[in-house]
Amino acid sequence: MSSSPADLAASAPAAPAPLKQPHLWTVLTPQWRSTLARSRSHRSVGRTLLFAVIGIAFWAAVFGIAYRMLSYFRGVEEIGSLLAGKMLSMMLMAFGGILLLSNLVTALSTFFLAKDLEMMVAAPVDWVRFYLAKLLETMVHSSWMVILLALPILTAYGIVYDGGPLFLFVAMSAVVPFLIIPTAVGVAVTLLLVTIFPARRTRDILSLVAAGAAAGLVLFLRLAQPEQLARPEGFQSLVDFIALLKAPQSPLLPSEWTAQVIMNWLLRVADPLPIALLWTTAGAFVVFGAMLHQRLYAEGYSKAQEGANSYLQGRTWQRVINATLGWLPVTRREFILKDTKVFFRDATQWSQLILLAVLVIVYVFNIRALPLFSGEKVPFSLVTLVAFLNMGLAGFVLAAIAARFIFPSLSLEGRTLWLLRSTPLDLRTLLWSKYWIGTLPLVVLAVGITWITNTMLQATGFMMAVSLATIVLYTLAAGAMALAMGVFYPQFETENAAQIPTSFGGLLFMMMSVCLLGLIIASEAGPVASYLRAQQSGGPFEVSADLVAGLSVAVALCVGVTVVALRLALRKLEALEA
Amino acid sequence: MIKLSNLTKHYGSFTAVDDLSLEIPPGQLFGLLGPNGAGKTTTLRMVAGILKPTAGRVEIAGEDIHVNPLAAKARLGYIPDRPFVYDKLTGTEFLRFTASLFGQEGPLVERRIAELLELFELSPWKDELTESYSHGMRQKLIISSALVHKPEVIVVDEPMVGLDPKSGRLLKDLFRRFVDRGGTVLMSTHTLEIAEGMCDQIAIMRGGRLIACGTMGQLRQQHDAGDSTLEELFLKLTGGVTERELSELFTS
Repeated sequence: MSSSPADLAASAPAAPAPLKQPHLWTVLTPQWRSTLARSRSHRSVGRTLLFAVIGIAFWAAVFGIAYRMLSYFRGVEEIGSLLAGKMLSMMLMAFGGILLLSNLVTALSTFFLAKDLEMMVAAPVDWVRFYLAKLLETMVHSSWMVILLALPILTAYGIVYDGGPLFLFVAMSAVVPFLIIPTAVGVAVTLLLVTIFPARRTRDILSLVAAGAAAGLVLFLRLAQPEQLARPEGFQSLVDFIALLKAPQSPLLPSEWTAQVIMNWLLRVADPLPIALLWTTAGAFVVFGAMLHQRLYAEGYSKAQEGANSYLQGRTWQRVINATLGWLPVTRREFILKDTKVFFRDATQWSQLILLAVLVIVYVFNIRALPLFSGEKVPFSLVTLVAFLNMGLAGFVLAAIAARFIFPSLSLEGRTLWLLRSTPLDLRTLLWSKYWIGTLPLVVLAVGITWITNTMLQATGFMMAVSLATIVLYTLAAGAMALAMGVFYPQFETENAAQIPTSFGGLLFMMMSVCLLGLIIASEAGPVASYLRAQQSGGPFEVSADLVAGLSVAVALCVGVTVVALRLALRKLEALEA
Repeated sequence: MIKLSNLTKHYGSFTAVDDLSLEIPPGQLFGLLGPNGAGKTTTLRMVAGILKPTAGRVEIAGEDIHVNPLAAKARLGYIPDRPFVYDKLTGTEFLRFTASLFGQEGPLVERRIAELLELFELSPWKDELTESYSHGMRQKLIISSALVHKPEVIVVDEPMVGLDPKSGRLLKDLFRRFVDRGGTVLMSTHTLEIAEGMCDQIAIMRGGRLIACGTMGQLRQQHDAGDSTLEELFLKLTGGVTERELSELFTS
């Protein structure tokens, strides 16, 4: 006799069996399985090859520089090993700062905003396993880049100072706790922030803090003028210098302990204190973090589900855009209005303006720091050459900005693409709005920085005119390329706008824009050289056929790239399925 | 008003929709049913012009949506199954932006936006960013956005998910009035009672193919179903879980 579904449901709850907790590895299954699946997914050979070549070239360059420096240090008596230790400790201190910031931002996502959390929190997984699994996930996500960068440098240390085969284990035993400490601190700070602010507001705060700190670090390093250290007159006495090198960077920082563990091994010094400090501190921080997690996580996670109270009228933007762009059709106007509002309301987007400002300041500062007019009189030809090459530098800065702001613009439509595809929106309007809203401010910036730096370089009228015309045309082309590459390689699933430019498409865009820049400079080299010759011979400057041809090639390149890129983008957009 | 001719969609080697032909006249509420993976959402997304068919045609009021997309989409309001909206826009701003995509602006649009927000009880949150909206509130906002330009055809995927009973009832009344005035609704749903109670015609899909189509009476007649409910008919056509399988699930 068969029983009915109602009978079955009524008899379903059996006596609960003793609950067996899953292994930590099992809790992390979605993460490592997803990573495996991603690595197995069908990727084009070209893409894999490109990544491999760039990766190997980067590693080789970092290793080569570190190897040369350390080989030189090793040859210097007395202070050589001190310099190597100092360099390692400074590098690790910088890594420590990056790791802390990175962990703060990552922890918010892994502990509070990730999509798998609802299932994990609802499952009968005990809090220790949950904490350790998420801690490990946060550490891997936020540390892999630092590890990749540190690997060739530490390899160079091991080879130059004959670390032997055991050096690998020594380095690992020092680096692992060095990674654990900022992770445990980052997770704990994020947990505290989330219990005070809603998670989305915390994300805004952390984005701002991360951008501000990164910008501050770059600005500090540049404005400190490290090139002055290479001038021997900068040192007052050798004794002072050695004393400075011997003094630890900061005896309480884990980066200093890590550097000591590594250098002690390489210099054959037996001192167990640094490694003991590293592991006990890491252990203590994890235990402290776990206790905090046990007390606050449930409250914090619950609070993270609440939206930020964000009451907005948004009338100011509406009035400004309507007043200035009232002549545009309503669809284009509203599109620009929508993109402007979304940009300035999303801290992950607008906080990048801080990095942009720093990039521009450092660039202008570098031009100002050029020793062209401070000492002996520099020949006119050299000044003209620097002004000419300055176009390349300005072009690179502009390409980097286009990668940050124009490349992600289609990806940011992401999950709302259904709306744009199901309404009678002409895709040319979409492309037009995205192009001009990104490119127009970039053109203004391009003209501004080119004019300022050329004025600093005391460039002639001819060079100023060539530079300004080139940079405007190049910016229009780079903007079109950035948009097109964004359409060809969209990142619809990314929630953080700052991560989009670092994708494959972003990398490809940077390489293509540098190639375009190289071609433009090569085509203009002839006209500029003939101008220089005329100036040096004192004869009149005449508009020759060579000059017209060279400049025409540059113009044709820029216009051609702009038109082709936008057409390809439109075609791809039409074929795109939301 | 909506005509699908030999509509087919392949994803690689997988056929999601296979040679589907349908004709929905004006003034009809048409229900598209089927088990998970039957191809309903793919069909609706092709009708809305989001996906391109591998073969076949979609016509909205005589306009092929892939040949003359702007003219066809101007008559269409699409409500997707997942309510993704711009997080950093307020409810009012989202509706104003949607209206602009149909080339509409001005006091009449503003009044309609206010009316829709009032109708769906979103007025108190109209100036809040949509990131703070609940699932149901987002769903109501998307329904409002599909109505803001006064469409002739509504394509709606799982309309009742996330709606409270009051809003669900409101939506039913709204669709009924819409079709009574000559509009056309193509709706996919898993809620068979709603389909049975609301739809003038019902189509059932399975494995990307149409396996039944007609009014409730016609469906019963075609499949010798007597006085069966739509649920019984649906399970008969698509196959349900047997009691033996249920029994194994709880005893193993």
